[in-house]
Amino acid sequence: MSEVAVAEPKNLPVGPVDGNGIGLWGVGTLIVTEAALFAYLLFSYFYTGATAPVGWLLDPAPDLTLALPAIVLLLVSSVVAWIAERGIINGRPAQALAGFAVAFVMGVGFLCLQWLDWRSKGFGIGSSSYGSLYFVTTGFDVAHVIAGLAVLAALFLWTALGYFSPRRRVAVAAGILYWHFAVVVCLFVFATFYVTPYLGFGR
Amino acid sequence: MRQLDFRTPRIGIDSVEHEAKLLRLWETSPGLKGFLTSVDHKEIGIRYIITAFVFLALGGIEALVMRLQLAGPNLSLLTPEQYNQLFSTHGMTMIFLYAAPILSGFSNYLWPLVLGSRDMAFPRLNALSYWIYLAAGLFLYAGFLTGNGPNDGWFNYVPYALRDYNPGMNQDFYALGMVLLGISTTVGAANFIVTAFKTRAPGMSINRMPILVWGTLTASIANILVVPAVSLAFLLLWMDRQFGTHFFDPAGGGQPLLWQHLFWIFGHPWVYAIVLPAMGMVSDGLPVFCRRPLVGYSLVAVSTVATMIFGFGVWVHHMFATGLPGLGLSFFSAASIAITIPSAVAVFAWLSTVWLGRPVRTTAFLFFASMIVLFVIGGVSGFMTASVPVDWQLTDTYFVVAHIHYVLIGINVFPVVGAMYFWFPKMTGRLLDERLGRWNFWTMFVGFNVAFLPMHITGLLGMPRRVYTYNDYGGWAALNMLTSIGSFIFALGVLLFFINVVKSLKSGARAGKNPWDAPTLEWATSSPPPPYNFAVIPTVGSRHPLWEDRLGEEGIVSSTDRGMLLDQGKETIGTTALDAEPEMIMEMAEDSFAPLSLAAGLSVLFVGLLVRNWMVVGAGAAVVFISLVMWMWPRRDLREREAAHV
Repeated sequence: MSEVAVAEPKNLPVGPVDGNGIGLWGVGTLIVTEAALFAYLLFSYFYTGATAPVGWLLDPAPDLTLALPAIVLLLVSSVVAWIAERGIINGRPAQALAGFAVAFVMGVGFLCLQWLDWRSKGFGIGSSSYGSLYFVTTGFDVAHVIAGLAVLAALFLWTALGYFSPRRRVAVAAGILYWHFAVVVCLFVFATFYVTPYLGFGR
Repeated sequence: MRQLDFRTPRIGIDSVEHEAKLLRLWETSPGLKGFLTSVDHKEIGIRYIITAFVFLALGGIEALVMRLQLAGPNLSLLTPEQYNQLFSTHGMTMIFLYAAPILSGFSNYLWPLVLGSRDMAFPRLNALSYWIYLAAGLFLYAGFLTGNGPNDGWFNYVPYALRDYNPGMNQDFYALGMVLLGISTTVGAANFIVTAFKTRAPGMSINRMPILVWGTLTASIANILVVPAVSLAFLLLWMDRQFGTHFFDPAGGGQPLLWQHLFWIFGHPWVYAIVLPAMGMVSDGLPVFCRRPLVGYSLVAVSTVATMIFGFGVWVHHMFATGLPGLGLSFFSAASIAITIPSAVAVFAWLSTVWLGRPVRTTAFLFFASMIVLFVIGGVSGFMTASVPVDWQLTDTYFVVAHIHYVLIGINVFPVVGAMYFWFPKMTGRLLDERLGRWNFWTMFVGFNVAFLPMHITGLLGMPRRVYTYNDYGGWAALNMLTSIGSFIFALGVLLFFINVVKSLKSGARAGKNPWDAPTLEWATSSPPPPYNFAVIPTVGSRHPLWEDRLGEEGIVSSTDRGMLLDQGKETIGTTALDAEPEMIMEMAEDSFAPLSLAAGLSVLFVGLLVRNWMVVGAGAAVVFISLVMWMWPRRDLREREAAHV
């Protein structure tokens, strides 16, 4: 007769260990669904643009003086956040605190530049479908950066309270993953609104 | 002192002391506090099922009122505006507030039981998804009850839905309510995905999952990918109406067809999301009454996933008549025709199971088996309209209405009622009455076909859908009368079902652990199951843990009475995604107010958006923020952080 199976695992991690927990899976599903949201926003832009008559693009040569530094700042903040996470992994909370703080400031810098860029536009959200798409898509972008900033602030506080160790750090892994995602989203939005016109889309 | 980061789980058998210990750890506290804070998946699942059935009854009453109006030509029971709101609210209710939530309810209740686990992966998220569903349902119905229900059909085309043509608050209620409901669907789907991949009993490799799990998992993956499309569409619609944007308004350079694309990119996969889990219930339930395993398990599992993959690429078949380029139409027509192949695989698997088995004709069997018939009829009418020229003839006629009702009632309502007959004893410890069940089944089956089979002809004769009345030039009167009579017979059948549930709750025959002699893990625990589901974590050796003695397959035998005890805290086992090897001891969240307060904050926020009162919006947002911080705060009991420094 067959043998009765009983799983008898040895020495299992109790709860999330080494940043590996189901919480990270949860944030992964959040990122997938939000990535889909941005895909539909960009689809709306390209679909509306592709079916619109010439002259639809209100900003055929978008000014990069504010937008380019903003996106570079954000990309660098992603690296800084990664360094902060390494600080937790290697048991150096001071490095982590500094990293979270610097990434936070860089994120705020992005928001300021984005605000100035919005102010400099010669059209508004109600000017035309282009204006609506531009302000709503970049607005979603900004909302995600603000959410990311709240996450960075929470991670700073919790690190300062001594909550994390190289072994217990799933919140850091999940939070930093979310920050990277917010940055990548901004990159796609930047490429769509500031780069594709130069490549000929909508012109 | 540092607590243990690693532990070897104790192995043992069930005992009275062990069960008492688990009960203390897992039981929801009694009274109102327990009701408001419970994260028990069984409690949440039953709430989902009850709420969804209430919406089924409401949507049904709306349908009956419409059928009175349409029973003869030139009747004037309803005004055109009342009729518009009734048929739109009927669609919204059945598709969004009944069909998906009822399946979420069954999956919430059943998953941890069929997977041999103690709860869903994210218990608090589960509670959140229910509370938001309830809030969104109340929000949408608040609109309807104040005369502001949706009035442009459930798919709500622009420009009708824009402010110029629709100045009331109807569309604002619908748009914001749908965004709110989308949050519920999304978090629920995320929970199912992680639960399926991470919390299966040891040994339940992915090729041993019940088909129900395949169905809901596939639907959930689709949901997190496509729900953002409809949430975005409704948000943009609301902004067009309230903030002067021009997404859909051609006068401002907007694109009305963008609405249709965004809606149907969501809408068609959604159709599969509300049938695949129900097909899964049939795939698991029907074989029990055929006294043999499902024929072609692997083919059915793969075809479930294939249906969904095709399902992403067929949305334009709802837009054949919008003047899109011919090449595009050909592609979507071909995809819509090809999707019948995986669907047919499931049909032949069910037929073979009945053919090769020894059917026991219980009420549940009748519902499951009748679904095959209704699915074939609904599938064939769908296959017909997948062809562009046929669709051009039939679009916007009652033929399409007949098709959607065969699909949604045939593949959702019939399996769901069957599933109630099947799993009610597990949920309550009592069997539904079989004698009343026969009356229930035959009344529903006859009523449904009397109502909807003639409707195909009504459509072929050219009667357009969504008209509040009609003249009898086209010979439509007799057919409409027949449909109205059938719909009342069908409604009587549903009423018999509700009566059976209420009656059997009090006086139904007692069910033991396994009244149907079924093969899967939920039948290995008591009926109803204890709060912790399983006293010891089962180990699975095959697809049919409780039928191994008779199937005579050589191999490893499942163990349900000896295994990991996991009684050091509120714990279950986390396993690897494909092979289900034990990987970690998961610390499960205690009951919590956070899901309820987060849902309440979101509801306040959405009411604020509706009335455009930014103080209310701010108050709601503050509650949302505080709830989220409390929820996310790393907790020592969940081992999310180190012990606080002294």
